[in-house]
Amino acid sequence: MIERLLLWVDDRLGTAHFVRHALRKAFPDHWSFMLGEINLYAFVILVATGTFLAFFFDPNAAKIAYDGPYRLLDGTRVSHAYASALALSFEVNGGLLIRQVHHWTALIFLAGIVAHMGRIFFTGAFRKPREINWIVGIALFGLAMLAGFTGYSLPDDLLSGIGLRIADSVALAVPVIGTWLSFFLIGGAFPTDRIIPRLFIAHVYLLPAAIAALLALHLVIVWRQKHSQFPGPGRTEHNVVGSPLFPRYAAKSIGLLLAVIAVACALGALVQINPIWLWGPYEPWNAANPAQPDWYVGWLEGALRLGPAWALHLWGHTVASPFWPAVLLPLVLFLVLIAWPWIDAAIRKDPASHQLLDLPRNVPWRTAFGVALFLFVLGLTLAASGDVQARYLHVPITSLTTLYRIFCIAAPLVGFAITYALAVELRAMGGVRKAPRVRLRRTAEGGFEEEPLP
Amino acid sequence: MKERLVGAALLVATAGSALFIAAYFTGGARLYEGLALALTAAALCAAAIGWALWLLPHEQVADEIVTYPSAPAQRATQTGEVRSDVRAIARPRALVGLLYVALAAFAAALALPIRSLGPAPRDTLFHTRWRKGARVARPNGNPVRVDDLEVDSAITVFPAGALEDSQSQAMLLRVPEELAPSTRGYMIYSKLCTHAGCPVALYRAAAKELMCPCHQSVFNVLDDGAVVSGPADHSLPRLPIEIAPDGTLVATSDFPEPVGPSFWERR
Ligand code: FES
Repeated sequence: MIERLLLWVDDRLGTAHFVRHALRKAFPDHWSFMLGEINLYAFVILVATGTFLAFFFDPNAAKIAYDGPYRLLDGTRVSHAYASALALSFEVNGGLLIRQVHHWTALIFLAGIVAHMGRIFFTGAFRKPREINWIVGIALFGLAMLAGFTGYSLPDDLLSGIGLRIADSVALAVPVIGTWLSFFLIGGAFPTDRIIPRLFIAHVYLLPAAIAALLALHLVIVWRQKHSQFPGPGRTEHNVVGSPLFPRYAAKSIGLLLAVIAVACALGALVQINPIWLWGPYEPWNAANPAQPDWYVGWLEGALRLGPAWALHLWGHTVASPFWPAVLLPLVLFLVLIAWPWIDAAIRKDPASHQLLDLPRNVPWRTAFGVALFLFVLGLTLAASGDVQARYLHVPITSLTTLYRIFCIAAPLVGFAITYALAVELRAMGGVRKAPRVRLRRTAEGGFEEEPLP
Repeated sequence: MKERLVGAALLVATAGSALFIAAYFTGGARLYEGLALALTAAALCAAAIGWALWLLPHEQVADEIVTYPSAPAQRATQTGEVRSDVRAIARPRALVGLLYVALAAFAAALALPIRSLGPAPRDTLFHTRWRKGARVARPNGNPVRVDDLEVDSAITVFPAGALEDSQSQAMLLRVPEELAPSTRGYMIYSKLCTHAGCPVALYRAAAKELMCPCHQSVFNVLDDGAVVSGPADHSLPRLPIEIAPDGTLVATSDFPEPVGPSFWERR
C-alpha cells in the first residue's frame, strides 16, 4: 500500500531518491537532542488547542453586565472578552480543560526552549556552521515570550490588565519615541478599547505565523546541515552517526509527542491555572495583591523590582526608571545571545567548522559564563515573587530587595569562579569516574583491608 | 512478553479514549476528560517507546557531510558571475542613484499608514479631568462630604463627571486634622503609581504611607508623596483641594504635574 503510494508520487515528482535518503537519515541518540523536539510538539498542541479556544473567544472590549453560571460575578460590568473567557470555562464542554492545557503547554513550550538553548549553548552547538540557526532560535525564543504574554493578556481579567498597564509603562519609558510607540501600539492613552482586539490579532495570527515560519526555517536548516554529535567511536568532524529516522527514531519521536500531550493533559486536568473568575474583571483602579506573572516573564518583573529608582533628565526630557531594567537589560541580553557565536569564536581564535560537540567541562570559561548568566536571570526571577516571600518569611520587602540585588551581582561571579574551577578539574581528570568497588575485610589485628571487587 | 506489554499499552489507550467519550457525554468534567486524555496519550507513548526499544532493529547509520561548503570551483564561478552581473546593473551610475531614491520613497509611502494606528500624544498625558471646582466623587458618583471619612481611612475617588477615567483616579485619605488643618485632614493623591502605572491601592495608616502592590514603591503622604522606598523615580502627585461651603470636597486645580509613569516629553 505505502509502496504503491510512493511509486504513484514518484511517477509525478521523482521523489524516490529523496525519500530513500530521508528515511535513512541519521539522528544521534543522545537524550538531550530531544529537548528541541518537545518545543515542536508543544507548538503543535498550542495551535490545536488555541484554534479551539478562538472559536469561542470574543476579542471585544465593550462592557456588558455579566449574566452566566458563575453567580459571584452576577451583574458585574465586564468586557465581552472576559465574559466569553468565562463562558469558555464554564459553559463549553471541554472548554476549561482545553484552556488549561493551552496555558500549561505554553509554560512547557517556554521551558523547553530554554532547556534546548542551554543544550546548544553548553555543548557549543552554535559554532560555525550553525550560527544562522542559533539566531533563528533566539528569534523563536523572543517570539514565544511575546506569544505567551499576549495570550496571558487576552482574557481581560485583573491580572492581565495590570500586566498590560506595566508593559505600556515600559513602552512609555523608551527614550525619544516611547510616547508615540505606546499610542501607536494601543491606539491612545492607556487604557483603550483597541488593546484586546490588537492583542488578539497578534496572538492568533501574527505571532503564530511568524513562529511557524521560523520553525520551518529552523528545521530546514537542521535538515540541510545535519545534526551535530558528541564525540565517540566512528564519529568525525565530517559525519553524523545515529539511528535511522525511519522507523526507529520516528517511533521514539512519536512517543515523545504523546508524552508531551500526556503531561499537558494531566496538568490541565489536575492543576488549576489562571482561574480568571477569581481575579475578577480588569478595572484600572483595582489592584491585585500579590500578582504573579507566568514564569517566563518573571525575570522582567523581577528586574523592574530590583532596578535602580533613577530617572535621567536630559535637556528637558526624561528617561524613566523602567528603561534600565525593562528595556536596556533585555536588549543587552538578547544582543549578547545573538552575538555569542562570534564572541565565542573570537575567544577560541577558531574560524573552523565543527561537527563534534564540546563536552561542557572541556570549555571551562564558556560553561562558567553560561552558569553565571543562568544565576543572574534566576536571581531576577526569584525577585519577582519577593512580596510573597517577604510575607511568608516575615522580613521587610526592602531587605529582600537588597538581598536579591546583592545576589544578582555576587552569585554570577561566585558561580563563574566555582564552575570554572570545577570544569578545569574535571577536564584534567577526564570526566567523573565511578569510585572503584571494593570490599572491606577485617584483619586479625583489628584493622581493615580493601579487596577490589570484579 | 515484550509484545504483550506493548499490546497491553494499546488496550489501555483504547480504554482511555472510551473513558474520554464517556466523560464528555456525562457532563464534561475537566478532571475526568483531562485524565482520560492523559491516560490515552501516556499509554500510546509507552507503546511507541516499547516498539522503538524492543521491536525495531537497533541499527546505526552514518551520514557523511558532503553538501557544504560547495566545491572551490563552484564557489569561484559563483563569485565571478555575481560580480559581473552586479557590475552590469550598476553601470548607468545616475540611474542607480535614482533607483535608491525611488525605493526609499516607496518604502516611506508604504510605511505611512502606520501613522493611523493611534492619535498623536500631544498633551494627553499632561492632564487629567480634575479642574478647579471639580467635586470629589466616589466611584458610584456620590460626592464626598467633610464628615464622610474616619481619620486614617482611604477611598478611591474621581472627579464628578469623569467617573472611572483611568488617568484621573485618585486616593482620598484622611489624616489627623492637625497634620493638614486647612482641609480638616483630607488629602488626595493620584492613584497611578509613578513607577509603572499600577493603582497605588494600599494605605498604611500607621506609617502614613501609600504603597503600590506591583513593585512595592512606597510614598510618604506627609511629605507631598515623596518616594520612601521602591523603584519609583519621582513622588506621587498631590491634588490641591479645599472644602466647599456646602461641606463637599472640591479640587482647586488639576494635578500640578503629569500623573503616572514618566515619559520622554515629561520634564
Ligand atoms: S508600578 Fe508601582 S511600584 Fe511599579
